[in-house]
Amino acid sequence: MRKLAITALAATGVAFGGAAMAQDQDYTIGVSIPAATHGWTGGVVFHAEQAAQTLEEGYPGLNVIVQTSPDAPSQASAIEDLAAQGIDALVVLPFNSDELTGPVGALAGRNPDLFVTVVDRGLSDPSIQDLYVAGDNPGFGRVAAEYFVERLEDGAQVVVLRGIPTVIDDERNESFRAALDGSGIEIVDSQYANWNRDDAFRVMQDFLSKHDRIDAVWASDDDMALGVIEAIRQAEREDIQFVVGGAGMKQMVQRVMEGDPMIPVDVSYPPGMIATAMAVTAGSFYSQAPVRGTYVLDAELITQENAERFYFEDSPF
Amino acid sequence: MRMNEMTSVEPGTKGEAPERTNPARRARIDMRALSPFIALAVLIALGALTSPVFLTLDNLTNVATRASFIAVIAVGATFVIAAGGLDLSVGSMAALTAGVMILAMNAVGGAEWTTIAVGMAVAIGVALACGLFNGLVVTFGRIEPFIVTLGGMGIYRALVVFLAAGGTITMSDWDLRETYRPIYFGDVLGVPIPVIVFLVVAAIAAVILYKTPFGRHVVAIGSNEEVARFSGVPIRRVRTLTYVIQGLCVGIAILIYVPRLGSATPTTGLLWELQAITAVVIGGTALKGGTPFVWGTVVGALILELVANIMVLSDFVSEYLVGAVQGAIIIIAMLVQRSLQRGR
Repeated sequence: MRKLAITALAATGVAFGGAAMAQDQDYTIGVSIPAATHGWTGGVVFHAEQAAQTLEEGYPGLNVIVQTSPDAPSQASAIEDLAAQGIDALVVLPFNSDELTGPVGALAGRNPDLFVTVVDRGLSDPSIQDLYVAGDNPGFGRVAAEYFVERLEDGAQVVVLRGIPTVIDDERNESFRAALDGSGIEIVDSQYANWNRDDAFRVMQDFLSKHDRIDAVWASDDDMALGVIEAIRQAEREDIQFVVGGAGMKQMVQRVMEGDPMIPVDVSYPPGMIATAMAVTAGSFYSQAPVRGTYVLDAELITQENAERFYFEDSPF
Repeated sequence: MRMNEMTSVEPGTKGEAPERTNPARRARIDMRALSPFIALAVLIALGALTSPVFLTLDNLTNVATRASFIAVIAVGATFVIAAGGLDLSVGSMAALTAGVMILAMNAVGGAEWTTIAVGMAVAIGVALACGLFNGLVVTFGRIEPFIVTLGGMGIYRALVVFLAAGGTITMSDWDLRETYRPIYFGDVLGVPIPVIVFLVVAAIAAVILYKTPFGRHVVAIGSNEEVARFSGVPIRRVRTLTYVIQGLCVGIAILIYVPRLGSATPTTGLLWELQAITAVVIGGTALKGGTPFVWGTVVGALILELVANIMVLSDFVSEYLVGAVQGAIIIIAMLVQRSLQRGR
């Protein structure tokens, strides 16, 4: 089903290109995203601004307004402000599902013609949205686990660092555990490290004191992986074969590209999904291709062979 | 031993002195200064029971080294709190200082110690400037320190987010990182350098607080500002200086923080302000001001880090409940301390 979604996306992309010339009506797309408060959202802001520029160049008459907000209440206000500017479509990556369902729903209720695209974190009421673009959280855990199964032998011991207690983190972890089931690989420890480098360093130091043998680490995030690597290096332990992070941070993708044995792979959870959402939304105005529905982007295994595709020189993330 | 110095502070507090010759009070102060150490000992015993690796040298040096940032920052917080103030901005200040320091080193370039020296000077400068800003607004702006430093917290955090464009500020020169790395990971005769740093910082702070007129002024202001004013203590200058000292301590903490991971992110130093304040209070300094216990503060920082360490090493606490148990241990440690003090 995901494959299908991606193919459909590619097809619509072609269709938009062809149709762009034919129509020169003016449209405005409002984009509301969280401000860059950590690496991943920094990437979202970068890709949103890039996409705004390329889309405006590609579709004459299209106007894209990107608004960043530091928290959920100000995002609700920002969406009101965008609506006041007469937007035809709203692309929103909500801070959290519950708080923003109300404001977006009210807006959509007042403007039945408004095209609503929701990204990453779904609204509590999916009927509001015309289009939903998201990463694959269960897949994020599963893809990592499949690599562990491929690399490690029966009886291998791994430790897991978790993010911040959230639905996203739960989904990733459950599918990681489920995919390891029956492989003989044992998760000997698991702790929250808040998607934070310093916390990951601390937790990993303690894991290293506690366990004589650790074969591999699922850091489940690139920031945490960096803290983990530093702790392993200090302990001068030879038993750890590799560390798998996640998200696709620039520095980590680079290490995968360079063939760092400690970071053989990474798992994508691209902040660029905002650009996907914006492109499809813009396309909905300039082509007859059907776009309404759900697009789930694959969690892909980033390897030395394909790493180049995930590396963005100018991105802060 | 430290409490002898504490009692010698009392005459300086002007107006609070008469009780100092009372042996009962002296004993009470002894107990009060001792209680953080007792709490530390109990915690170490608990850790030893929990896990066989707890008492290994590696584990204990790891924990002491990790506690160093909060310990140094909390020593600064001891000055601010002793003078009746509060600084909520230290976490953000730490992130900003680390970010600017790394950017400065990247700009200078070269894997030389001179590059690191420039970075260090910049870091101390930034932290001092932030501290001075907090202090001046509190004293000359006559605004509650809670509000001023809450504002500072937002400003410094936003600045580092801006500088990092939401991403990460990383030392770009790998060789420079390797040169600088031993400041966190190295040791002198087996004692990690960060531990030496926090011991030296605490020792200097103890001398300043307990042996100098400035230290006595800090305590006087925190004990009773009105009395201090009538006694001719230059309140604004002393109070501003406490925030500058807090800034300096944040700067020093960053000098040992940056070589660890060589990067600063918008989440660097998140909640450090609360950890620092908690360390100060666990150490026996009253939040309302007036009774600084520098060594207690250092012990408080160690206790916080030890609790986190024990949580990870032990197997019987679910990862979902770690926060609750940590909170409970801290509260119990404080209750034990209080009962020890009352018991005398």
